[in-house]
Amino acid sequence: MSCKPYIRETSKTTWYLEHPRYKRYMAREVTCIFILIFTFELVCALGAVANGPEAYAAFLAKLHSPLSILFNLVALVVTVYHSVTWFNVTPQAMPVQIGEEFVPGQYIVGAHYGVWAVVSLVVLILGVW
Amino acid sequence: MSERQIELEVLRYDPEKDSAPRFQTYSVPCLNEWVVLDALNYVKENLDTTLSYRWSCHMAVCGSCGMMINGEPKLACKAFIHEYSDKIRVEPLAHFPIERDLVTVIEDFIGKLSSVKPYLIPKDDKPISAGEFKQTPAELIKFKQYTLCINCMLCYAACPQYGLVPEFVGPAAIALAHRYNQDSRDGGRDARQEVVASNEGVWECSFVGACSEVCPKHVDPAGALQQVKVASTIDWYKEHLMPWVKK
Amino acid sequence: MAKSNKPIFWSLFAAGGTVTAFVTPALVLLLLFASLGLVPSLFTYEHLHDFAHHWLGKLIIFGVILVSLWHAAHRLRVTLHDFGVRADTVVAYAVYGIAGLGTLMTLVYLLRI
Repeated sequence: MSCKPYIRETSKTTWYLEHPRYKRYMAREVTCIFILIFTFELVCALGAVANGPEAYAAFLAKLHSPLSILFNLVALVVTVYHSVTWFNVTPQAMPVQIGEEFVPGQYIVGAHYGVWAVVSLVVLILGVW
Repeated sequence: MSERQIELEVLRYDPEKDSAPRFQTYSVPCLNEWVVLDALNYVKENLDTTLSYRWSCHMAVCGSCGMMINGEPKLACKAFIHEYSDKIRVEPLAHFPIERDLVTVIEDFIGKLSSVKPYLIPKDDKPISAGEFKQTPAELIKFKQYTLCINCMLCYAACPQYGLVPEFVGPAAIALAHRYNQDSRDGGRDARQEVVASNEGVWECSFVGACSEVCPKHVDPAGALQQVKVASTIDWYKEHLMPWVKK
Repeated sequence: MAKSNKPIFWSLFAAGGTVTAFVTPALVLLLLFASLGLVPSLFTYEHLHDFAHHWLGKLIIFGVILVSLWHAAHRLRVTLHDFGVRADTVVAYAVYGIAGLGTLMTLVYLLRI
């Protein structure tokens, strides 16, 4: 053993700036802030419906503001990033073994993208119907 | 054979003289097919005999020559000079204390590795006369990938959570616990879960994925840890919602 | 070492991550249209009311909102730690409190519709 090993300190607040893969990770993690705010947007819509047509009209009027347009626009990009990063790691978290082989990861990711496309289409069709 | 002059910036630390590490630059005539380890060996043999670093096999099997090369955890024997510019920065593996120059203190990892009991704990032991334990190819494939781990600790140097929370049991140790848990001959999972399913175990992982990106043997510790989370979660619900079900 | 109770929160995080990955971008697109003044039919008062009035609609809305909130809350707990906020217990009470409040509000609103 040495007499005094040297310990390099890691910055607790800025470590993620040190490598591109850490920045990508943090970008993935902060998607949760947008998902949280957006979900509360849905809760507010629900509350307005519970309070009757006038309250709901007031909610729609509030929604029709530059800030809310900007938020929903950014949230669209951010939530798509969440979906992509979530589906891309599914083969690691949930490998599928058939007989003596694992199903190649790209099939599992591809299947998720396929279901995502169908679900999105169904939601959009039901939404504008 | 083409030769190239490389500026090798090496982090030096002498525990008897230095209060902090410092960079020392060596100008090394490198052949194009060399790896960074060859350049370090050249320094040791021709320029500076005091330079300390670990190495043994020179073929990515022993796992001793892990170091930060241009900020990336690499095996020095697998880092080809031709993939770098004329200036290469070499530092000891991140997140580990520096013992001397490029040599790190690895007791923390060794302790964590042994804490997860990374060996077969036979499910039903039998005398040698009863013959071998048989395993089908389908049973083997479940853990084969993880047997390739060479304990080089690159994953610990890449893992930011290990850097931030030193108590974290970490990628390689948990991936190896998973390797034995997945083995059809093994019955030691309950004993390993005591460490693996604790807060400092798998739950300190936030799936950054860096461990798998840097693994020189393509072991995918990140995948193993997520599978361990899923299995530990199923355990938790069984224990708390269906306590009458015995494992 | 004691076994962790994180599996409760992690299972909601994982379920929510999957649900939000599948449905949230499409929902955001619908609300984006609404915010632009082009209100999609689902977000007109009548349709949203009818949807939330039906028991199956209530179940879907409650399920999606529940796991979305708890997914976001748990990831936010980890993210705050990553940004250097070390008071994990306080953070946990705060973020799970927000998710719990949102869940409760959803429950009350759905019961009133």
